[in-house]
Amino acid sequence: MHIVVCIKQVPDSSQIRVHPVTNTIMRQGVPAVVNPYDLFSLEEALRLKDRVGGRVTVLCMGPPQAEMALRKAISFGADHAILVTDRAFAGSDTLATSFALASAVRQIGRDMAVDLVFCGKQTIDGDTAQVGPGIAKRLDLQLLTYVSQIDAVDPERREIVVRRRAEGGVQVLKTRLPCLITMLEGSNELRFATQAGIFRAARYPVQRWDSKAAGIEDPSRVGLKGSPTVVRKVFAPTPNTQRADLISCESGTPEDLAATLLAKLTTRNPELAALLGRAGMQETGR
Amino acid sequence: MQERFDVIVVGAGPAGNAAAYTLASAGMSVLQIERGETPGSKNVQGAILYADALERIIPTFRDDAPLERYLIEQRFWMLTDDAYIGSNYRSAAFNRPPYNRYTIVRAQFDRWFSGKVQQAGGLVICETTVRELIFDGERVVGVHTDREGGAIYADLVILADGVNSTLARKAGFHAELQPKDVALAVKETLFLAPEVIEQRFGLQGEEGVAIEMTGAITHGMVGTGFLYTNRDTLTIGIGCLLSNFVQQKIPPYELLERMKAHPAIQPLLAGAELKEYVAHLIPEGGYNAVPRLYGHGWMIAGDSAGLVNSVHREGSNLAMTSGRLAAETAIALREADRPFTAENLSRYRRRLDDSFVMKDLKKYRRLPATLHENPQFFTTYPGMMNAAMHEFITVDGTDKKSKEKAIRRSLGERRGWFGLVGDAFKLWRAFE
Repeated sequence: MHIVVCIKQVPDSSQIRVHPVTNTIMRQGVPAVVNPYDLFSLEEALRLKDRVGGRVTVLCMGPPQAEMALRKAISFGADHAILVTDRAFAGSDTLATSFALASAVRQIGRDMAVDLVFCGKQTIDGDTAQVGPGIAKRLDLQLLTYVSQIDAVDPERREIVVRRRAEGGVQVLKTRLPCLITMLEGSNELRFATQAGIFRAARYPVQRWDSKAAGIEDPSRVGLKGSPTVVRKVFAPTPNTQRADLISCESGTPEDLAATLLAKLTTRNPELAALLGRAGMQETGR
Repeated sequence: MQERFDVIVVGAGPAGNAAAYTLASAGMSVLQIERGETPGSKNVQGAILYADALERIIPTFRDDAPLERYLIEQRFWMLTDDAYIGSNYRSAAFNRPPYNRYTIVRAQFDRWFSGKVQQAGGLVICETTVRELIFDGERVVGVHTDREGGAIYADLVILADGVNSTLARKAGFHAELQPKDVALAVKETLFLAPEVIEQRFGLQGEEGVAIEMTGAITHGMVGTGFLYTNRDTLTIGIGCLLSNFVQQKIPPYELLERMKAHPAIQPLLAGAELKEYVAHLIPEGGYNAVPRLYGHGWMIAGDSAGLVNSVHREGSNLAMTSGRLAAETAIALREADRPFTAENLSRYRRRLDDSFVMKDLKKYRRLPATLHENPQFFTTYPGMMNAAMHEFITVDGTDKKSKEKAIRRSLGERRGWFGLVGDAFKLWRAFE
């Protein structure tokens, strides 16, 4: 069985900050990681290989330094790693990206037919969840998203049975191979690479494909040209500066506390004070 | 398959990188093992890079190393609660390349350095922790990592695993770190626009400033603070002896917060936004705390060997130099076809003794004990000097002779003439 796992290198979003003055995302110095959702798919692919044998090829599209992400996948036990990297890909949206990746998967299949493609549920930097389905559509693969468990796979009969998280329940679905699966987060736990795996990763010559090697004939289908989506503006929402104040007063009686609270509120909000002032006067008749 | 190398270097900090790069460049097979996700991800320093030590390893480092600013000015401040007295040294001579000192961001710098190790042919593996050394009798023959099948063998192991060298302790090469021999330093990196930094500190282009501080900010503890300018960040930090923290019960972050609120420091930080907060241990035991540095099949370098000159705030240059000397010792032995026995590796200690590393540490060997037993250097003296200065420059109709008399009297009252003479002698002995 030949399984292809698509992974992406993303900035570690837990360490991203927005520049306080220019309001732009500061990527400089932010460590790059494998998109966390992809790791559930990688682990599931490796488990399938452990069960039925075969080959796991990891595929990544990105700049040359994305090689690190592929090396990591090799350390866990993937057999092959291919980096699709070309300046022509810069600025690709999900349409162009899924086009390029689908083309690369097709190229990978020339060597050994692909039975299963895994993608992460979504990426943590784009959050679109569109690339996986985009690849499935282009390669005419059955599509199973939000898979929480693979119950059975039969390479002979070319069938797979999975559990899929759906609104209000779990679906048990059977479909034919080849298909594309996106795994739900938390569906498995990533293994700890062995020492041999770490050495293999450190020495592994990652294959680099430019757009031609990835089988892309028409350069207008990728990069900015092939991307109808344009990001008009990126901005950080205005931070909510709410502060908690501990209200206390000497006596501690409910009446005094209420009076202190009221005083705080009215000094913060003069309009409220004016309103309350009128109401208060009417009530007490002062 | 059993993995075997000429040398295993444990740790990818300045000492480990210097050793691994030097060994790999000489054609030896080197494996470097780092526990962090990437080289530098766990490494912490002020951080100032002293060019000389690196230049002796990679002469062309200025071409592509990620350097922040070169220092053209050094300030030294003694603070009281609301004042400071200090000295500045700024020279146009520092403005001529090759520059002598740079501020750096270690996460970026260490990654660059590790890249050089790999280019030189060293194999670097990360996210792997060396659990213990493998012994054959007294001889170290390899390491056990935390991974399945993690026994890796080598003719020589260089320990550069940092201040808390658990490996060396486990192997019995040195004793548990004493709280009086180690400082706990905390540091914040704060974003500030480059133009603002340049305007605020009187800098142009890549110029930078380093401010070292002592006095009231340490609340009587033995320690110092610092403020450095990077390209678009400031780093501010403070470190005091761990034993003092234990006595004083001041949380380190609070010490830093108070320092940041000092009236002399606060304006320099105005408008800066927190990027990161880190803490680190610094070996401060000096010459007398340096452990055994070599044995059968092993050497130890950098912080793990306690090689820090706390007086001059130097550490990474001692680390790089010790890493380089360890590597050169190994290369010379290999070329002479001699084994890595303790006797042969003793050349490493001799080379360190002949270098500035041990000479400087030896010069200040009495200082840790002196400072530890005499907290007045951090409390009374900054106060005295600031008060004297205050008196001296305040124009209030008092004649100058009376003012001088008042200053002298106040000095005598605060410390006593015997104390003053005694302290002067102690300091002279410690710095002699």
